[in-house]
Amino acid sequence: MSTDPFYREAILDHYRHPRHKGHLENADIHHHDHNPFCGDEITIELKVEDDVIVDAAFDGRGCAISQATASMLMEEVMGKRLEDVRGWDKEYVLELLGIEIGPVRLKCALLPLKALKAGVWGLEEWPE
Amino acid sequence: MVELTAVATPELDLERIERIRQDFPILARQVHGKPLAYLDNAASSQKPEAVLRIMDEYYRQYNANVHRGVHTLSEEATAAYELARLKVSRFIHSPSDKQIIFTRGTTEGINLVANSWGRANLGVGDEVLITEMEHHSNIVPWQILRDQLGFTLRYLPLTAGGELDLSQLDTLVNARTKLVSFMHVSNVLGTVNPVQELVAAARAVGAKVLLDAAQSVPHMPIDVQALDVDFLVFSSHKMCGPTGIGVLYGKRDLLEAMPPWMGGGDMIREVKMEGSKWNALPYKFEAGTPSVAEAIGLGAAVDYLSSVGMEWIHAQEQALVDYAYTRLSEIEGLNIVGPESRAGLIAFTLNDLHPHDLAAVLDQEGVAIRAGHHCAQPVHDRLGVMATARASFYFYNKPAEVDQLVLALDKASQLFAF
Repeated sequence: MSTDPFYREAILDHYRHPRHKGHLENADIHHHDHNPFCGDEITIELKVEDDVIVDAAFDGRGCAISQATASMLMEEVMGKRLEDVRGWDKEYVLELLGIEIGPVRLKCALLPLKALKAGVWGLEEWPE
Repeated sequence: MVELTAVATPELDLERIERIRQDFPILARQVHGKPLAYLDNAASSQKPEAVLRIMDEYYRQYNANVHRGVHTLSEEATAAYELARLKVSRFIHSPSDKQIIFTRGTTEGINLVANSWGRANLGVGDEVLITEMEHHSNIVPWQILRDQLGFTLRYLPLTAGGELDLSQLDTLVNARTKLVSFMHVSNVLGTVNPVQELVAAARAVGAKVLLDAAQSVPHMPIDVQALDVDFLVFSSHKMCGPTGIGVLYGKRDLLEAMPPWMGGGDMIREVKMEGSKWNALPYKFEAGTPSVAEAIGLGAAVDYLSSVGMEWIHAQEQALVDYAYTRLSEIEGLNIVGPESRAGLIAFTLNDLHPHDLAAVLDQEGVAIRAGHHCAQPVHDRLGVMATARASFYFYNKPAEVDQLVLALDKASQLFAF
């Protein structure tokens, strides 16, 4: 099963055992976003001290790609400076996932990033 | 791994299906190193060689604009374009080919009726009745028009089993009802709707009927006169023809009385600075250069389907969907939406797996299905599911492809198991 070229084992592991899934008390940053095309939803919460992310959590529902990406991103943001996270882009997420991804599923992968970036930039919504 | 036990399918003519598959070049291809099992026919069907060839011939030998030129190429193109209209007319038993209007597809057909007949006949106090199972193409045009004209849009509800709930038909179809517009076959539930009963209810109050036949014309014999609907719309690309062309059939007196929707070339008889006179049917509704190659392709598709036989096509698909229903019902955690008696498609969910994940794993196994809300969000809301996966069949599909689907679903189940 781990030979499946699309859902490589790391993605499945994050999907089955999501890291940082849940809710943070007293989060400094809180952002919710959704993908109306497939109904995926994501909420991201961050605790920030001196511009450094000291705790992170996500909650939501959706496909394996969106949920695994959220889980991976939450691991990545820990200990990062806000200004570092502000610069993350599509390529950063694709590198994390390590798979080729088509234009439709790309939206699934980018949903957590959209929510994260809107949060760290303090925007109402991340522009398309 | 699931073990497939043999299930007899005596109704299926497997030898003929294999011969038919030879007519479709694309069915020989592989996807991710696996044989393609194309089970997304409700979204779009594949095209036989005869359709590909005739469109190629048009572009190579007599490509020209229609109804205009006095040269040989234009005359040949016009003759071929009009012959296609005649073929379509006979295919659905229209009394005349003047009642066959070429559109871009089902969606445009509905928008044409909404914008032409609707604007001339609907206003405050009137009601249009659609159903909860409609495709967005039979919801949104009416919502747009309602917001502009102020009529009331009402929905015929569904039963828990995914059929139309006719118990309130008497109140929902009333003296204010001007139009009843509904799908013949649901693209999600597979439900075959009772056209006769709905037409009778509409007739009783003098309402018109629009039938969205996008999922029925490709799969069963259709006689517009026997159905006695006022308008019927469908798309070429779901019935072995090319994209970019579809058909609006209408009753002649209605079409004659309707104003044009789009203005431009070909739809006029005379244009003066102060005003214009409209061309006769069907050209009044065909502004601009039409999709000539596509119309000719649709004509060839109709010929092809007729040569295979619509009765046979329907019977084969029914046998195949029965087989698929049995097979899919055996899978633990798989939930089929819609009634047991159905057209040739099955939408389902599998445990809590997101249909996009399912479709992606199936794709790796060469199986093409649709995942999502299938342009019918309200019916998914009604069913209480976010999205479904859908396998939809055509007469070139074989039981082995259903087995390929079942094995791929089993693989997906295991892959995502916690």
